[in-house]
Amino acid sequence: MVKSTSKDAQDLFRSLHSAYSATPTNLKVIDLYVVFAVFTALIQVAYMALVGSFPFNSFLSGVLSCIGTAVLAVCLRIQVNKENKEFKDLAPERAFADFVLCNLVLHLVIINFLG
Amino acid sequence: MGGKEDPTANGSPKSESMAGKKASPPDLLSSISLKSLKLKTKQQELLLRVSILGLVYVLAFIARLFSVLRYESMIHEFDPYFNYRTTLFLTEKGFYEFWNWFDSESWYPLGRIIGGTLYPGLMVTAALIYWTLRFLRFFVHIREVCVLTAPFFASNTTLVAYFFGKEIWDTGAGLVAAALIAICPGYISRSVAGSYDNEAVAIFALLLTFYLFVKAVKTGSLSWALASAFGYFYMVSAWGGYVFIINLIPLYVLVLLITARYSLRLYVAYNCMYILGMLLAMQIRFVGFQHVQSGEHMGAMGVFLLMQVFYFLDWVKHQLNDTKLFQTFLRITVTSAILVGGIALGVGTASGYISPWTGRFYSLLDPTYAKDHIPIIASVSEHQPTAWSSFMFDYHILLFLFPAGLYFCFKRLSDATIFIVMYGLTSLYFAGVMVRLILVATPAVCLISAIAVSATVKNLTSLLRTKQKVPQTGSTKGAGSSKSSSKVTLDQSQPFQKNGAIALLVGVFYLLSRYAIHCTWVTSEAYSSPSIVLAARGAHGNRIIFDDYREAYYWLRQNTPTDAKVMSWWDYGYQITAMGNRTVIVDNNTWNNTHIATVGRAMSSYEDEAYDIMRSLDVNYVLVVFGGVTGYSSDDINKFLWMVRIGGGVYPVIKEPDYLVNGEFRVDKGASPKMLNCLMYKLCYYRFGELVTEYGKPTGYDRARGVEIGNKDIKLEHLEEAYTTSNWIVRIYRVKPPTNRL
Repeated sequence: MVKSTSKDAQDLFRSLHSAYSATPTNLKVIDLYVVFAVFTALIQVAYMALVGSFPFNSFLSGVLSCIGTAVLAVCLRIQVNKENKEFKDLAPERAFADFVLCNLVLHLVIINFLG
Repeated sequence: MGGKEDPTANGSPKSESMAGKKASPPDLLSSISLKSLKLKTKQQELLLRVSILGLVYVLAFIARLFSVLRYESMIHEFDPYFNYRTTLFLTEKGFYEFWNWFDSESWYPLGRIIGGTLYPGLMVTAALIYWTLRFLRFFVHIREVCVLTAPFFASNTTLVAYFFGKEIWDTGAGLVAAALIAICPGYISRSVAGSYDNEAVAIFALLLTFYLFVKAVKTGSLSWALASAFGYFYMVSAWGGYVFIINLIPLYVLVLLITARYSLRLYVAYNCMYILGMLLAMQIRFVGFQHVQSGEHMGAMGVFLLMQVFYFLDWVKHQLNDTKLFQTFLRITVTSAILVGGIALGVGTASGYISPWTGRFYSLLDPTYAKDHIPIIASVSEHQPTAWSSFMFDYHILLFLFPAGLYFCFKRLSDATIFIVMYGLTSLYFAGVMVRLILVATPAVCLISAIAVSATVKNLTSLLRTKQKVPQTGSTKGAGSSKSSSKVTLDQSQPFQKNGAIALLVGVFYLLSRYAIHCTWVTSEAYSSPSIVLAARGAHGNRIIFDDYREAYYWLRQNTPTDAKVMSWWDYGYQITAMGNRTVIVDNNTWNNTHIATVGRAMSSYEDEAYDIMRSLDVNYVLVVFGGVTGYSSDDINKFLWMVRIGGGVYPVIKEPDYLVNGEFRVDKGASPKMLNCLMYKLCYYRFGELVTEYGKPTGYDRARGVEIGNKDIKLEHLEEAYTTSNWIVRIYRVKPPTNRL
């Protein structure tokens, strides 16, 4: 039972790895950005666990800025990905402009909330 | 307006010759008529739509002006006076002072942090309109802006309803929705001119947020989701009812997920709106960190995490292209996600970090909760469950058009119609639990009814516009072709279809005209009274105005020292601070139950104990409202039992049965001795025993209760009468300083 699940897990990893290397470079760049943002958020949570959560608004704004920009990058990835048929008449420049606008609003609010 | 174009621009040779004929002056009159403008059908339609919307816009505004025409341009009720006072402060002192305002004029001696405990949307909106008008050199008084803010935003709501109806169904439904919501009494009740309350802009913000979100889900565009986040921010700044949005939208997403309508557009729309909306909402001091700490907001966060899981699974499935591997992966991920989520929620709730649902919203789920545990919430008349008559009064024909509209929505299910169905059903449930929430259900009911009306009228008129089908040779051929195109051509076996359609159309027209008449009548009779000015019909049919409230407040303003403290029941607090400009002990904010209970205890104790309480609170004046002379039934004696209950909730020395006789509340000779000698009784009926109020009745006949009072010979030891208004509605007493001890 354990052997079959570990074999399943290995198969899973191998097929995921091979499928992922086929994705185009621009999407891989966006994925890297998402991973970086989530990693930063995790570091902030770990720091909060060490030091305590006062002032709470600063902690929230830090974590939410990372999560927010990660989520927006994922939305950008969805809109730019050529395989998604729902978004095929959306120009990638428009998608990127939306992404920049939303990030601008996000970071302006974060700056106000940071205290 | 694109409609009134130069007819020569249409380009048909016929119109050019007609235009040449029209140029001569005697034909000027004929050129004004619509037919000779020779517009294309699209332009005619645009002209019709714009003119209908313009008329509906003006209608929504003027339908709300009854009280301004009958009385004067003043602020109504109780809560709007606080909003008016804060708006006045904002325009005089500026935004920084307003945002950090600590008010020492209310809740003496505690004070109130106004900057952090109000929803600033309404005040900021009115101030912006005021500053814009002043910039354009229209020097209006801020009170006029405040009075007319609600009708202005009601007109804007009709526009949003039109666009929303267009999204859900088509432009016809949008127009009908705009027309229905312009005069619907459920909405008018809280948005007449003078009702300067949060709901005036909140309903506009609510409908705007929902429209923008549905548009974002339909298009999958980040900019529409950003716009809906801003709409949500406006709603959060305007009203505490934003909790409805932050729970309905995740519920909607959940329903879409369950009905296998998950799409990437939904992912983009919900995530962008949730993160940006949550961040923007936390900028309002009153809301603070509730979006991550309060139980009412956890649904949204749960759905957010669920969407991440869905997206991740979808992506992995797309990458793998192998179902067996994917199934195992699916099993592992789903079980671990549910486990982690459940543990986090459990730990958060158990440790108290995630606060449970507050009393106000918990009583929506369990209506009996407030009556047993929180008497202040139970005492507000707006929080009572709704009677059937209220539904009929506020909705009229929309009540039966709503199920018809639901049927049409289910016939054409899409992301947008699913949303409006959910909004309608959830808001109607809550409207059944609390009368005040009929307002929130009104836009949904109007939209769904509009779908019913528009679809029905469309079907009927298409029947009318079809040409009679030429009868084919042979009955079988005729039957066959009529079956295939049953919608467009008339069925030969039903020769009176056209007549039936005309009859039904006349019926629809009759119903809609009755609706308009009902709405106008309801607005005029029931919802246009300012509550602070009372009116009655005299013996000769002339109108008698009772302006006692304002008379009393202005007496306070002009005849008491500026640092005087006034004790009254909490209903009148906002009005006293706004118009009387004096410090009050408790007001309508009701944030401190113990303080209110102290006042309630003072009102229901004997004069000596009450005097001790009043000395401890530095009270200089006591204000009571008494309706015995005029028959006004919302006075303090009728509210007295609530004072006893609230006071008794904190101070066990006050016991409700002491004031009742056999469970009955009486003020005549058979009343309990505690009732006949308590402070409230004494203050209300002081010198009333000498007054003849009605012909043929003994002195001291209380017209509001319909009985002769029990204790006519009242002597006051520690208070003296300062002022009684001309109709005895408001009575003010001065608290005497303690006598010198010898």
